[in-house]
Amino acid sequence: MKYAYYPGCSLHSTAKEYDLSTRAVCRELGIELEEIPDWSCCGASSAHSLSRELSIALPLRDLAKAEEMGLDVVTPCAACFNRLKSVVALAKNDPERLQSIVGKFGISYKGSVNVLSLLEAISQLGEEAVKSHVRRELSGLKVASYYGCLLVRPPDVSQFDDPENPKSMDNVMAALGAEPVEWPYKHECCGAGLSLSKPEVAVKLVHDILAMAKRAGANCVATACPLCQGNLDMRQSQVESRYGERIGLPIFYFTQLMGMAFGLPNSSLGFNKLMVNPNRVLAAVGSK
Amino acid sequence: MAKATAEDRLTISDDRTFSDEIGRLSGQNITACYQCGECTGGCPVAYAADLMPNQVMRLIQLGQDESVLKSSMIWLCVGCETCTTRCPRGIELAAVMDALRETSVRLGIAAGEPAIRKFHETFLNSVERGGRVHEVSMLAEYKLRSLNLFSDLFLGAKMFLKGKLALIPKFIKNRREIKRIFGEARRK
Repeated sequence: MKYAYYPGCSLHSTAKEYDLSTRAVCRELGIELEEIPDWSCCGASSAHSLSRELSIALPLRDLAKAEEMGLDVVTPCAACFNRLKSVVALAKNDPERLQSIVGKFGISYKGSVNVLSLLEAISQLGEEAVKSHVRRELSGLKVASYYGCLLVRPPDVSQFDDPENPKSMDNVMAALGAEPVEWPYKHECCGAGLSLSKPEVAVKLVHDILAMAKRAGANCVATACPLCQGNLDMRQSQVESRYGERIGLPIFYFTQLMGMAFGLPNSSLGFNKLMVNPNRVLAAVGSK
Repeated sequence: MAKATAEDRLTISDDRTFSDEIGRLSGQNITACYQCGECTGGCPVAYAADLMPNQVMRLIQLGQDESVLKSSMIWLCVGCETCTTRCPRGIELAAVMDALRETSVRLGIAAGEPAIRKFHETFLNSVERGGRVHEVSMLAEYKLRSLNLFSDLFLGAKMFLKGKLALIPKFIKNRREIKRIFGEARRK
């Protein structure tokens, strides 16, 4: 399977370990990723907050490049996924409006490209295919699979999994031999979009999510979004000091856990870039 | 629907009500809202806001543009799409919030949460400059503009030591096209 790869800005900076582990895991699974040449930012929340036209035109430029490549797009970032997939939804639901924007911005795009999140592309392979690559079961890991907002919402755009009780990441974790915990906050918003401009709100939301993951018995969290991961990981020490609670939950990218189960070298998974030290939890893997 | 009194209304246009205008911009049927409160029940930021999402909808219906456009709610909305997903009337509230923010900027109304608006502007400046966001220069600009110089310095240092922050921006090649896209978006 070959896709046009859209890493998004975060995967080239704050989330390098997501890019590294995505490439390593896809190589192992036989998913070929060809990076979209000279891709640009999708505009993220800021574009749709200030200019709805810009929020369509920016991802449109990237989709036009993918269309030239003749490939569907895979992106590991949930926020990029939402922006790119919104254009796919517009092409389907309101082709006239899309064509008016195509015309105004002078971008040539026919609308033939589909966009998948990385989690969806991997889920499509099926659990058995994932299992067949496992060399080291992740027994002992009690994983709270955290989907956040934009991977599964809004359902008209994402067209993937259940928006109120998603299961795809839990299924991948189970295929790796880890134990996915049942918990009710797997799709609550972590407020990453406000992490810099209104940190007190983000810290409160991160607290609620992580405290619930702990109550559910998790010893780590798996994420599929560089903004969720960054927020839950980097704000965790502030949560602990503000709320006077010990959290101590390593926040992994789901691809890092896949790579570990596949027996890929640690150097290709970037565990050393995580803020909350994962060594204690990783040392317990296999102990059951 | 009856128009609100002239004193309550900001000038949107002479021939359209506020409700019509937001409905047109967002592509949503504002009148469909019947105030069940599902949007507010699931909103992660409502606790910090001056208006609840269902109140925003009701005030738009009533033409109370000023109270809506000045509210902190429209800026606190992170676009998590919980309300959109759960609305039994099929209203995409997150799209309504986008239309409200865009309208408040167009009318030159002071943002109910100025730091959040500054952040979005700074983010887009960074994209316009290089085609991609460059965190270090964006954060520096944001901190200068928001005069919030010392928060998260320790966190930033730790990220740098982890190799998560690139000092040198990686610009895309075709920045001219990005500039053109931003220019077109400004031309209404």
